[in-house]
Amino acid sequence: MIEEFAGRFGETLVTTLRDVAPIIAVLGFFQFAVLRGPVANPYRVLRGFIYVILGMVLFLMGLEEAIFPLGEVMASQLTDPGFVSNGVEALNGAVNWADYVWVYVFAFAIGLSTTLAEPALIAVGMKAERISGGAISAWGLRVAVSIGVAGGVMVGCFRIVTGTDLWMYIIAAYVVVILQTFFAPRMIIPLAYDSGGVTTSTVTVPLLAALGIGLASSIPGRSPLIDGFGLIAFASVFPIMSVMAYAWFSEFVAKRQVVARFVEEEEDAL
Amino acid sequence: MISRRFLENFRPLLESMRDLTPIVLVILFFQELVLQQPVPNMEQMLLGLILVLVGLALFIRGLEIGLFPIGEAMAHSFVRKGNAAWLLLFAFLLGFSTTVAEPALIAIAGKASRIAADAGMIESSEAGMASYALGLRLTVAVSVGIAILLGVVRILVNWPLHYCIIVGYCLVVGMTALAPHEIIGIAYDSGGVTTSTITVPMVTALGVGLASSIRGRNPIIDGFGLIAFASLLPIIFVMFYGIWLLS
Repeated sequence: MIEEFAGRFGETLVTTLRDVAPIIAVLGFFQFAVLRGPVANPYRVLRGFIYVILGMVLFLMGLEEAIFPLGEVMASQLTDPGFVSNGVEALNGAVNWADYVWVYVFAFAIGLSTTLAEPALIAVGMKAERISGGAISAWGLRVAVSIGVAGGVMVGCFRIVTGTDLWMYIIAAYVVVILQTFFAPRMIIPLAYDSGGVTTSTVTVPLLAALGIGLASSIPGRSPLIDGFGLIAFASVFPIMSVMAYAWFSEFVAKRQVVARFVEEEEDAL
Repeated sequence: MISRRFLENFRPLLESMRDLTPIVLVILFFQELVLQQPVPNMEQMLLGLILVLVGLALFIRGLEIGLFPIGEAMAHSFVRKGNAAWLLLFAFLLGFSTTVAEPALIAIAGKASRIAADAGMIESSEAGMASYALGLRLTVAVSVGIAILLGVVRILVNWPLHYCIIVGYCLVVGMTALAPHEIIGIAYDSGGVTTSTITVPMVTALGVGLASSIRGRNPIIDGFGLIAFASLLPIIFVMFYGIWLLS
């Protein structure tokens, strides 16, 4: 048991180090050969890097141990024709999109919950809260992004079930994003655009891939190779919309509060 | 008495717990109520969850004391040095080197080469597929490098981000009309997979560090946006790669 654990720890450590090596090489080269300045708190920074690497190793090991296998099995069970149509074979291979309700619910739930645990998003949220002086709350931003991913993945599953073209959805989403840009508070726009790329990494991508492939291979007429793609695209466009909507909404609420307070004060004055 | 310092050290752990609870709830709900099957291997799952919890807390603590400070300090040093060429090279390499070996990208490129071979776009042989996959990976890595570079240029010369992104969207739409059908799904997905867990904090620290050390820039408005470029440019470049292969 312990040997097995140590073996897996070693393997994950090697792959993580391989992923981190390019960043460390680039940072090291520029810090020591180009900038040539002393590093402030070198031991603290070094400790930070060790924490980051160790943290990623444990995180990945845990995901592979606990979450990925179960998530993948669940994705394939929920998309199984036997479960979807209660054991009744679909007639002539025709698919009714409404039969897949549990798949949409699962897609939404898994998009929401995995995005909340996404380390890259936690990092961006922390940074945004600090430099905005608390005007943007890290948790609020992360919830907004997660809802966006959840909605996106749900629509993405609907697309796979109905077999409609990916590009139509994405272009429609772009139009919405551009329109929202004109109305959203200026401060949130760069963060909103960034949140599209941040959402999909370590936790979300493997589960979305399992879901997309499971869905595409269980529906007659869909090819897992071609239709399995696209969920990640949805998960990277929809958060842009949800973050801008969240910012617009919180500005709206804040304005109403100001107005309400003003009215109250006026009434008190009378 | 529990000291405040002690509590402060445990805060990341508590926050990680909050971040992971939804996943556990989703799994339990679907397993017990919808699929009506017991969770297999409960001990293994608990052990895994503890690993995830500790790992996430460590990672966040490491970002705070290591990656964020060094990223911002380097951005400040580049600005003080005043040599834009080195900064741009740094930006390009940061994007390129972290993407070219990204495992998610390698997996997607492998799958994409099978699609292309099935569709008759490329020769259906081991060598043909391998060279297509490698070409795809290099295309994406170069595009992420250029994206970070362009993002840094944007901060330096102060272009408004939303105009850049809208132009990018128009390019994506235009390319979609021209690109071969088989590559569109992969192209759209490649925008999402490029930015990994370590790249994102590093690139964010670079942007925020630059925007806060150049006079007249607002870190919240000008510091973000690098990742937006990195998720848009690969879409355009991959579709271009598809068009170029066909011609």
